[in-house]
Amino acid sequence: MVDPVIWDIGYLVSAAMFILGIKRLSSPRTAPQGNRLGAYGMLLAVLVTLVKMYTEGIIGYELIVGGLAIGSVIGYVMATRVEMTEMPELVALFNGFGGGASALVGLSEVLKRLQNSNIPEPGVELYATWVAIGLSGIVGWVTLTGSLMAMGKLRGGFYIPFTKKDDRGRRKWVNFPTWGPQWLNIVKGSILLACISLIVLTVQEPENYGYIYSLVILSCILGVLFVIPIGGADMPVVVSLLNSMSGIAAAFTGFVIGNNVLIIAGSMVGAAGLILTFIMCKAMNRTLIAVLFTSFGGGGRELVTRTKVGSDPEEVAMVCDGIAKCVIIPGYGMAVSQAQHAVKEFADLLEAQGVEVFYGIHPVAGRMPGHMNVLLAEASVPYEQLIEMDEINSELPETDVALVIGANDTINPVARTGEGPLGGMPIIDADKARVVVIIKRSLSVGYAGVDNNLFFEDKTMMLFGDGKKMMNELNGAIKEL
Amino acid sequence: MLTMATLVASITVFVLAIFLGFELISKVPPTLHTPLMSGANAISGITIVGALILSNAQFNSGDPGFASWLAFIALIMATINVVGGFMVTNKMLEMIAGKKRRGGN
Repeated sequence: MVDPVIWDIGYLVSAAMFILGIKRLSSPRTAPQGNRLGAYGMLLAVLVTLVKMYTEGIIGYELIVGGLAIGSVIGYVMATRVEMTEMPELVALFNGFGGGASALVGLSEVLKRLQNSNIPEPGVELYATWVAIGLSGIVGWVTLTGSLMAMGKLRGGFYIPFTKKDDRGRRKWVNFPTWGPQWLNIVKGSILLACISLIVLTVQEPENYGYIYSLVILSCILGVLFVIPIGGADMPVVVSLLNSMSGIAAAFTGFVIGNNVLIIAGSMVGAAGLILTFIMCKAMNRTLIAVLFTSFGGGGRELVTRTKVGSDPEEVAMVCDGIAKCVIIPGYGMAVSQAQHAVKEFADLLEAQGVEVFYGIHPVAGRMPGHMNVLLAEASVPYEQLIEMDEINSELPETDVALVIGANDTINPVARTGEGPLGGMPIIDADKARVVVIIKRSLSVGYAGVDNNLFFEDKTMMLFGDGKKMMNELNGAIKEL
Repeated sequence: MLTMATLVASITVFVLAIFLGFELISKVPPTLHTPLMSGANAISGITIVGALILSNAQFNSGDPGFASWLAFIALIMATINVVGGFMVTNKMLEMIAGKKRRGGN
């Protein structure tokens, strides 16, 4: 007989590996090592669990082996096939799976106990276990449905199958809905209260299946309602918060099955996700409360009535000839059109002429923190050229050309007036450069639904079109000069 | 058997780990925000341990019971979260590392 303490030691080592893993993930030099450490820690935890189950007697291998195999194959295929631009959606989806798994473990545990009439006498065990199951359920289901909603919003919408293709070979596109009148907050609050009351009720009457299933359904609805009023621009914050919640769900599941490694890893991820969430809110100069409970962006788009004559790539190429300093400001549009390689080529062309080139990275550009950095890294842009917002803003008044590609809200000067939805959000001062070139599909508003005056200024040159296509044309024009 | 003492011990671990998490990642360069989120997310797939334990079920004339099927689905989801999460994180980090090598010389 193996001393059961060995399992706890194994889990302790695995928890230590998670701690070191997360620690190392926060520094560029050690990050790949940190990720591997986390993966080995997970492998160790799984092996310890399997060996423990083996020595205690496995009564059926089918589900264990089948589940591990199916999950590994699906995870491997998804991770291998993902494009860099789809990364945020995939992280949101994985996150939802994590939360859903925790919720299902709790549900499975409670059903098993009811099946075997293994309900503890009223006392610490009953209260603690049932409350933990209830909480892991609420948090887990909300994480699952909320993450699925967030994934849809990050995508922006979906193509309807079997509709006629347009000239770009795309089918009919439907935007993901953003909807949230103020009274919805009262509904959300009531559902949350109802969920908590249901936990209290299950503790008093543990055999009642009705309470358990009502809790599942209400939590799922809560997750949907939680994300539906939040606009696409705020999705990074939401995904980060959901990431935190999937950790908390795992920690509660740890209480359910009485396992410390779940509690440690889960609560650590919960805290880490929350820190990231606050970092992002700070970058947008918004409070978490405002992001979550005041519907913003997506809806109520203003109609653009003013017009601006677009420039052509040849004109821009001539403006770029003989300049000393250029700052490239990327946004989500660069990600969508996969223009990062074309942007890098543009930078190389200018550098060959002795132009200083930097990239101005807004902390919330794109749909995930660090989204732009990862994309530009893919195009092998040197790390030293990626400059954060505060630093680049001191450079912009001496910049000849600011090239904005697919960004809008993060360079909108209206934010400095302190009014409207963007009021007070720190921006990159693209308008301070001598010439501003903006590559964008149209004059339409960004996610915040606010008009951008910079588009209409005299020193602004608009290149209307798909980011990658326009960049390539611009590169061609520069080469011809 | 869960007693008051073990419950309090678990809550202690829970609270301390939360503080640890806050301290661990207080300073992160923006480049690493996405990989960190993704890596932390993979670690939250630790719930795979619970799914494994509950998936240990016998097929009684071809059906292990509803609760075990739920655990099976949980196991699939947790495994996707773990395997996919670490792989995607690795993919992102490789790009950053590649860039750094080229940028360093």
